Amino acid sequence: MSETNEVMEKAPKMPLVQARDVTRRFGATPDLAARIAISAGAAEPPAVVYALDGINLSVARGEVLGVVGESGCGKSTLGRIVAGILPPTDGEIRWKGEPHHKLKGRARKAADLAAQMIFQNPMAALNPRMRVESIVAEAPRAHGLIEGSVSDYVDEHLRMAGFDPAMKKRLPHEFSGGQRQRVNIARALAVKPEFLVCDESVAALDVSIQAQIINLFVKLREELDLTYMFISHDLGVVEHISDRVVIMYLGRIVEEAPVEEIFARPNHPYTQALLAEIPRIEPRKRRFEAIKGEIPSPLFPPKGCHFHPRCPFAHARCRVEVPKLKPVAGDHLSACHLNDEAAAGA
Amino acid sequence: MAALLEVKNLVTEFPRHGAAPVKAVNDVSFSLEKGRVLGLVGESGSGKSVTGFSIMGLVDAPGRVAAGDIFFNGENLADLNAEEMRRLRGRHIAMVFQDPMMTLNPVLRIETQMTETLLAHEKMDRAEARARARDALGMVGIPSPEERLSAYPHEFSGGMRQRVAIAIALLHSPELIIADEPTTALDVTIQAQIISEFQRLAEERDTAVIWITHDLAIVSRLADDIAVMYAGRLVETGPVAQVLTDPRHHYTRGLMDSVPSQNTRGALLKQIPGMTPSPANLPSGCSFHTRCGGADGLCTKLPPEIWEGERSYRCVHPLGARALDAITGEAVS
Ligand SMILES: Nc1ncnc2c1ncn2[C@@H]1O[C@H](COP(=O)(O)OP(=O)(O)O)[C@@H](O)[C@H]1O
Ligand SMILES: Nc1ncnc2c1ncn2[C@@H]1O[C@H](COP(=O)(O)OP(=O)(O)O)[C@@H](O)[C@H]1O
Ligand code: SF4
Ligand code: SF4
Ligand SMILES: [Mg+2]
Ligand SMILES: [Mg+2]
Repeated sequence: MSETNEVMEKAPKMPLVQARDVTRRFGATPDLAARIAISAGAAEPPAVVYALDGINLSVARGEVLGVVGESGCGKSTLGRIVAGILPPTDGEIRWKGEPHHKLKGRARKAADLAAQMIFQNPMAALNPRMRVESIVAEAPRAHGLIEGSVSDYVDEHLRMAGFDPAMKKRLPHEFSGGQRQRVNIARALAVKPEFLVCDESVAALDVSIQAQIINLFVKLREELDLTYMFISHDLGVVEHISDRVVIMYLGRIVEEAPVEEIFARPNHPYTQALLAEIPRIEPRKRRFEAIKGEIPSPLFPPKGCHFHPRCPFAHARCRVEVPKLKPVAGDHLSACHLNDEAAAGA
Repeated sequence: MAALLEVKNLVTEFPRHGAAPVKAVNDVSFSLEKGRVLGLVGESGSGKSVTGFSIMGLVDAPGRVAAGDIFFNGENLADLNAEEMRRLRGRHIAMVFQDPMMTLNPVLRIETQMTETLLAHEKMDRAEARARARDALGMVGIPSPEERLSAYPHEFSGGMRQRVAIAIALLHSPELIIADEPTTALDVTIQAQIISEFQRLAEERDTAVIWITHDLAIVSRLADDIAVMYAGRLVETGPVAQVLTDPRHHYTRGLMDSVPSQNTRGALLKQIPGMTPSPANLPSGCSFHTRCGGADGLCTKLPPEIWEGERSYRCVHPLGARALDAITGEAVS
């Protein structure tokens, strides 16, 4: 809205947020088993976890980008980084084209409000001693966003989230998971965000309530022109809601494509394995097929292609060389050596 | 052929202060034959776990089985004393929980836990028991089972712990396994591995299974029969191929329609309005009537259980082919 015509012409589809060569390391906190091994001298204290390893990504204004992967692959870390609440270790985040770490003062505050996160467990995000109305009013009041009556403002945002304002005097624990998630969504909407990072926001809900909240996200996107990063381990949910999908494995993006494309023509062997497990109702008894092996620990990721110990097509090169994320067709990217070899053979 | 398990009009209640007890399981009947897989589905709080615990005789006081009968191999479980029930649980019926630590003891090595139960229930020496335990670990896909026997539960990943719990459940080749959301907490690829191994082992041994889950997709691929639970009652039962292609009860239909992959991408999901009622405060008649698009005045009386071939349902306005007859019949009479 504030862009000049010149900018609009030059970059009609300017990304809202971009990650450039983003790496995030954490000083590792070993789990109990690892601590025992370390104290017994059976293992070296691990130095760092590479939660994210060279991520390049952009989210276009108005799109829903789905992020899929199994636990520990770095989805939440990526979500927190693009939302601007966690700095990358290396690389940078660009918010509307500007490096995020250079934003200061009002620009920084505006960016902070414009990107909001919705987590899996709303109880963790809601102050248990605050009434629903105060939870929703707190941030917009602090930032001077409310012009008229606070009560009307709160009611309006609760209604947007499908929560009956008549219950706004109650405390979070008096509500079911679905209702709490609505309060949480109202709280995020109340600061007029442009970008929502939904991190497993429907994962903990019952099937019928999950459908209601998914519908709410779809409606809000249309009504409020929102952009989403929708993080989920559930491919059915991501397939339903996303325009574009990113598949992650152990800190790296292994495939990225428009939603129809990735579900019709999955390229990466890991994506193919995941798609075989998409939750569909198929009333026909059949054997579950599964890829082999455990998800490796991010503390000790395999060399080369992270997926090689589980990949049915792994070969010598996969064990030493990291495959690059490269186009396989148009805006469909995949990180697998088989694609080079197929191209070379053709 | 007599059923392996027959549950008849089971009622399991939990007392409340100053009010009638909550019927967590309300007049539930079903039967299961040897080697069959029954998917027991419903949303949280519908009474799935309490049904499983009731069969196992593991309902914690002050909860209690207040009415009904459970027959296993023709024997009424109410007639068994505590010791006989314990023996039955060890050898003939086993349960696998969502949290494998319900089965595993954190301070004992896997070997100890497995051999103790073998020695308690079967005649064998320690070496034999150890070999059986090792083979059982290998069978559920645990690599280097010989070495893993001496590990403690915390040295396994979540998925591996669940495999150990399944290995323990299978140890005595029980005739019935009740699996209560055993893969819900696991990643999809690990979930698929475990279901696939479980499926193979159950088939090989002709084990009957009650697979409890909220996930219709899993049931559609894994089970022979399905029983749909809502607010303590079974609202629809029958062969998966019939129920999940042509449901009769509106709740079954609503659940199926809520699964994202059953819908057009990007469109709104066909959602069920409202929330599951609290079992402490149930609507009268068909408990679903406060959320049902097909409800009318008839639904405030409890619908009878209607049988149609192998399937049954409690709905006065059933969906599907036969529904038309029922509705026409209603209108005429
Ligand atoms: N604050 C933290 N401290 C240490 N390690 C962390 C922290 N946050 C995440 N990690 C590690 O980073 C990796 C990625 O975690 P996360 O982004 O939460 O993955 P996901 O959301 O895909 O499950 C994991 O190995 C996790 O243990
Ligand atoms: N220990 C308990 N004390 C009191 N009520 C209980 C207890 N366990 C279960 N219930 C009641 O039984 C109902 C069904 O519980 P449960 O079988 O665990 O549901 P599900 O497994 O389908 O999620 C719950 O809604 C709850 O009201
Ligand atoms: S690079 Fe090699 S190991 Fe990795 S996915 Fe491709 S074939 Fe498999
Ligand atoms: S009995 Fe009535 S309320 Fe219940 S499912 Fe059937 S139509 Fe709906
Ligand atoms: Mg996460
Ligand atoms: Mg349960």
